[in-house]
Amino acid sequence: MLDQFDPQLDPVFASVPVARLVEVLGPLLPANGLISSVEGLRPYESDGLPAYRSLPAVVALPETVAQVQAVLRACSAMDVPVVARGAGTGLSGGALPFPGGVLLSLSRFNKILEIDPQARTARVQPGVRNLAISEAVAGLGLFYAPDPSSQLACSIGGNVAENAGGVHCLKYGLTVHNLLSVELVTMDGTLLTLGSAATEAAGFDLMALITGSEGLLGVVTEVLVRLTPLPDIARVILAAFDDVERAAGAVAEIIAAGIIPAGLEMMDGPALRAAEDFAHAGYPKSAAAILLCELDGQAVDVAEEIDRVSALLTAAGATDVRTAKDEEERRRFWAGRKGAFAAMGRIAPDYYCIDGTIPRRALPRVLTEIGRLADAHGVGVANVFHAGDGNLHPLILYDANIDGDLERAEAAGGAILELCVEVGGTITGEHGVGREKINQMCAQFSASEVTAFHAIKRAFDPQGLLNPGKAIPTLARCAEYGGLHIHRGEMPFAHLERY
Amino acid sequence: MRTLNATDADKTADLAEAVRAAKVAATPLKIAGGGTRDFLGRRVVGQVLSVSGHRGIVDYDPAELVITARAGTPLSEIETALDAERQMLAFEPPRFGMAGTLGGMVATGLSGPRRPFTGAVRDFVLGARVLNGHGEALRFGGTVFKNVAGFDAFRLMAGAYGGLGVLLDISLRVVPKPRLEQALAFDMPGAAARAWVTDLMRKPVPLSGAFHDGTRLHLRLSGGEAGVTATARALGGETEDLAVWTRVRDLTHPALVGKPVLWRIVLPQTSARPDVLHAPWDQGGGVTWLQADHVDPAIWEIAKAHGGHATLFRGGGDNIFQPLEPAIFSLHQRLKAALDPAAILNPGRMYEGL
Repeated sequence: MLDQFDPQLDPVFASVPVARLVEVLGPLLPANGLISSVEGLRPYESDGLPAYRSLPAVVALPETVAQVQAVLRACSAMDVPVVARGAGTGLSGGALPFPGGVLLSLSRFNKILEIDPQARTARVQPGVRNLAISEAVAGLGLFYAPDPSSQLACSIGGNVAENAGGVHCLKYGLTVHNLLSVELVTMDGTLLTLGSAATEAAGFDLMALITGSEGLLGVVTEVLVRLTPLPDIARVILAAFDDVERAAGAVAEIIAAGIIPAGLEMMDGPALRAAEDFAHAGYPKSAAAILLCELDGQAVDVAEEIDRVSALLTAAGATDVRTAKDEEERRRFWAGRKGAFAAMGRIAPDYYCIDGTIPRRALPRVLTEIGRLADAHGVGVANVFHAGDGNLHPLILYDANIDGDLERAEAAGGAILELCVEVGGTITGEHGVGREKINQMCAQFSASEVTAFHAIKRAFDPQGLLNPGKAIPTLARCAEYGGLHIHRGEMPFAHLERY
Repeated sequence: MRTLNATDADKTADLAEAVRAAKVAATPLKIAGGGTRDFLGRRVVGQVLSVSGHRGIVDYDPAELVITARAGTPLSEIETALDAERQMLAFEPPRFGMAGTLGGMVATGLSGPRRPFTGAVRDFVLGARVLNGHGEALRFGGTVFKNVAGFDAFRLMAGAYGGLGVLLDISLRVVPKPRLEQALAFDMPGAAARAWVTDLMRKPVPLSGAFHDGTRLHLRLSGGEAGVTATARALGGETEDLAVWTRVRDLTHPALVGKPVLWRIVLPQTSARPDVLHAPWDQGGGVTWLQADHVDPAIWEIAKAHGGHATLFRGGGDNIFQPLEPAIFSLHQRLKAALDPAAILNPGRMYEGL
């Protein structure tokens, strides 16, 4: 398990005694704003990827932007690494503390500062929960569109860091498409405003660069988000298939017909049966796969699209096509999908969630291949995913109490991610690279590309102190791990163009 | 999925060699495509690096909603291919002549009337292959919509005017064409029109254009037949030809031509507007097009004071883009140095010293 940082393969910093950190940072923070006792640090040892754990030297809990600036300036002067943390729900170990470093929690930045219904914007602090924004503006007929599955708990600052997606992003876009500007403190303590309340800012599009940068370039202290009018109506169709490949084919048919659903999700047999047992959503348990297709907008258009999509699904070989008859049934159809990960607990003690994205046309082939890879590694697999945008979430089932089972699950996961890259996709669609997929980055990017990423990082953080050992691997790490899967210096499927 | 054109060619190796040679010789390069956007930005003095021979659609599968093409591919070729599949570029890029290329479109990052309703160029760039200032071909992003591996350097290329890399190949997300579009016009003063459009945008109305020519408001609706028809009936106004939107997009509308100086002023849709900025606007009031006989430098300050920025679209001299705050400008310089350390790629196209 890759939870320890490796001095040979990850950045190294001279150790600074905890007492020194307390002496320097304590006065910069409010009372109860600095934690250094081991029992106090323990809650911060991992994020939403609990298999990865390490302890920071201290946890800093600033309450003002000036305090964030002061802490970063002081850490820069001492050459101490800093890892920013929002709600800690990330699934790739992006907020895993760096041993000996400072864990900077933004949890006290939890206020919605301003809602402007005319401009359709909300100015929020980074610790505000994703769903809290939509709740605060629902009465105005607006919502904040990106809806990662953790939206109840995850913070908007973390969403910016990860460029979070969700079920609705096929139609409404990712986090980057729903931001207007961010305030960012760089490692030297400089406060920058990137983007603008207008649709664009002068110069390079730095706000877009910051989005998804996984806390490597700066610390976000304020976010201006774009709000979207709530649709008049949303309706969902449930389609059952007796063949996974036919279900995958139906996804392409819908998109090719010029329809952009608000959500287009797929679950295979093992996943839908577990979800049905857990949530009693009304899924047909004998199906090999189901699709959930949500259509929203003006009532007249939605009615028309429901008819078109139903006909397409039937023509594509669906054995059963049902439109939720009311809001209650719609909620139940979605409850199964949203509870799918939790439901896995019923069929396996542990699961390992993969996040690759592939071109939709590769879906049938990749799904077949995932089943084969899981068999080959002796682990089970269930597929729950955002079919509309090709973002797969195979859940590899294992039992951590069985010797070697976790290693088998990780090996199967690594092989699946490499398959995603082979077919022209990516190792992570929405969870981020973090610590978890740092080695797979070497399969997706060349040494010159990794070098360019480091150069971009240095432009913001010349000392390399922000979130070291995450997101962008060192060249030493790629030399160690990246070569493994490149045979005789050639990328697999070399005849395919890669972008 | 596509037919090869006789003009299709992959010139990556030649272009890379030219950049490497320029780096060794410390020769600045002026990156050129079709030349239709030469008038934008500052003048670059350097050896011409023509990308127009590097052309052709590399991959287009309508069911993927993605097109990948070489930077020298004429924009018209891409739009023809998309049109045949009833798809389009959502951000409605302006055209300043038939020779315009994909690379020029992305490098200048200009989006058209649809922008506030559907998104900007950078929102639809999924990936790009670029030559950095060392002449190395780097691939950022990919061909899939959801992709968070590595920094999104490909989005940074949109609107960077070639200063961070020579664009080689670009993958764009495309969208289905709306099943129905309708253009409406209303006699209404600019301020009242902006307030009305702002109100409309708070509701799920199928709006895809809102332009004010100084005396009349022009709206465009796009979507399903039923929704567009019902909305048009509810809004009233006078039906007009959709062709007006091509003229708005390409800045050939009579309200946008005539004087030597043209400012493009981007402001928050709801910000207050001083008298000096009372002029035709597009994008729901987010972009003001101000014509003048002479450049009045006070416009920079006025735009900034109202929460936005200005660009001298036509008739500018040495300063074209809104001056940047010192800390932001120095970050621009460091980013430029990170990707183009010898400063040979379109130096000075956006700002002096960048």
